Amino acid sequence: MILGRVLGTVVATVQHPYYSGKKQLLVGALNPDGTLDGSRYILALDTVGAGVGQTVLVEDEGNSARQILGDSKAPVRSLIVAIVDDVTEG
Amino acid sequence: MKLGRVIGTLVATVKPEGMKGLKLLIVRPLTADLKDDGDPFVATDASAQASSGDLVTWEAAREAALLHDPWFVPIDHAVVGIVDQHHLGEYPGRRG
Repeated sequence: MILGRVLGTVVATVQHPYYSGKKQLLVGALNPDGTLDGSRYILALDTVGAGVGQTVLVEDEGNSARQILGDSKAPVRSLIVAIVDDVTEG
Repeated sequence: MKLGRVIGTLVATVKPEGMKGLKLLIVRPLTADLKDDGDPFVATDASAQASSGDLVTWEAAREAALLHDPWFVPIDHAVVGIVDQHHLGEYPGRRG
């Protein structure tokens, strides 16, 4: 899983039917000290109601995503699975 | 998923049976703030309507293969959708 911060949103009208009506968020990877990595990012489906600015946990593996979605044929790899309250380093 | 820009299309007559009928696009991967991010690749079009110049979302590996119907075709990248709106808050961009 990846620690990230929700940076923005992406809206697509024409897309694969599985993604219709599902919220897609741009998540930037965070360093353990909470600063943005700046190069790594993921476009993930939201399963927890996350918003821009929140620190989240992103699952970036297809089989886990399909397990969480409960659909063995879901064409999805990246999911926001948790909203992080607090990170302690060291 | 990741963001990308469709920079071309291509047609192949001789190809695997499982790829028949799938539209092929050349996609350049982009960073979160829409800057070029590496070498272009060829992807199938699971959005059905993507064309040159479109800002798109794409998926790779097994998930790309799952995007098509019938599912699990022999491909490694697929375009998922065409982006209408892209909003990015404060972003430091790539360092160095």
